[in-house]
Amino acid sequence: MFFDVDVEARVGAHDIACRFQAEDGLTVLFGPSGAGKTSTLNMIAGLLKPRRGHIRVGGRVLFDHGEGINLPPEARRVGYVFQEPRLFPHKRVRANLLYGAPDRDADPDPQLMEVLGIGPLLDRWPRTLSGGEARRVAIGRALLSDPAFLLLDEPLSSLDRARREEIMAVIERLRDAIGLPILMVTHDAAEAERLATRTIEV
Amino acid sequence: MLTGAEWGIVALSLRIGGVAVLVMLPIAFALAYLLARGRFPGKILLDGLVHLPLVLPPVVTGWLLLLAFAPTGPLGRIIEALTGGTVLFRWTGAAIAAGVMALPLMVRAMRLSIEAVDRQLESAARTLGAGRWRVFRTVTLPLSVPGVVAGTVLGFARALGEFGATITFVSNVPDQTQTLPLAIYSQLQIPGTDATVFRLAVMSVVIALAALVASEMLARRAGRGQHVL
Repeated sequence: MFFDVDVEARVGAHDIACRFQAEDGLTVLFGPSGAGKTSTLNMIAGLLKPRRGHIRVGGRVLFDHGEGINLPPEARRVGYVFQEPRLFPHKRVRANLLYGAPDRDADPDPQLMEVLGIGPLLDRWPRTLSGGEARRVAIGRALLSDPAFLLLDEPLSSLDRARREEIMAVIERLRDAIGLPILMVTHDAAEAERLATRTIEV
Repeated sequence: MLTGAEWGIVALSLRIGGVAVLVMLPIAFALAYLLARGRFPGKILLDGLVHLPLVLPPVVTGWLLLLAFAPTGPLGRIIEALTGGTVLFRWTGAAIAAGVMALPLMVRAMRLSIEAVDRQLESAARTLGAGRWRVFRTVTLPLSVPGVVAGTVLGFARALGEFGATITFVSNVPDQTQTLPLAIYSQLQIPGTDATVFRLAVMSVVIALAALVASEMLARRAGRGQHVL
């Protein structure tokens, strides 16, 4: 069992509860907006503290209320691609990509740059990137931080059709070629259908 | 152009303003960070204390400084024990007065820019493996640089213009505490010094304007996502 999540949290005035277990591959958390999907990802990443429950990923305990375990986000080895790219505006694409890399002086892996198609963007500033380019850089940045698993939050939202196709292809390659366990949130049935190894409804 | 004595006044003013602002810079940033991000009891009180020099009559601020730094005052005693001297009637005292008066403006500008830093970028940095200190150094601090620069320049301009607290605290001593505004004030008491007053006033305008233009240019560079300084 790669993902073993059972959490409860209070966000604003809403109570959120989410429980699922999933093997590796690409697991889609599917449900309407406001169901707490993003909050669940934030809890797994360590950005939101659950009130109860536990989070185990790949055999490691990231959070356990009963045992008082709560790893900080930087110790969870998560590759989190947020809904917005969240690139650092004061750093060029290269520095953004290498921010979390074990070796920050090395060049970003050329093969990955090829897959993502961002090789030519390395010396650009984030504000000059298109939406699709920024999203691919954000995916690259998460992958280069040597994560144990990936969290993708609506990676295809607010993109036009051509860009969606582009990112969708990238996610398929990640799923099939790199074999990193992926947890992806979406409210789009077609996306879930095409990409998911399995779908969990929230 | 200026006479030798007048250049001396300009140089003294720049030194007092520069030292005041540089010494205050880390203090102001720490206070701004605390006020922007901290949650602790007494925060409103600290906020009020920091802003006090902005709203108090400068004479009162100067008098309070005098009480504190007089040889029998609490801070004066410490300084005498450490250095054997005093800051009264000295340029160091003038720098203290200028720094205290500049502090609220510096803290305000820095606080605004720290509050404007996108917390989501900081969370992103955490998930990329950066601990709190690295996030502060590589994300929070560089992104608040425009406010730090603006606050520093604003504080510098305020320090150069300081009059009331300085004259109350360390008096008007040529070559020690007689900055541009104090020199202009002294000259105005003497008949027939219009030309000197005019030249010193022009220098005040030139320095203040140069500082503001420089800060604006640095802030624009930062706004374009480039490195500042």
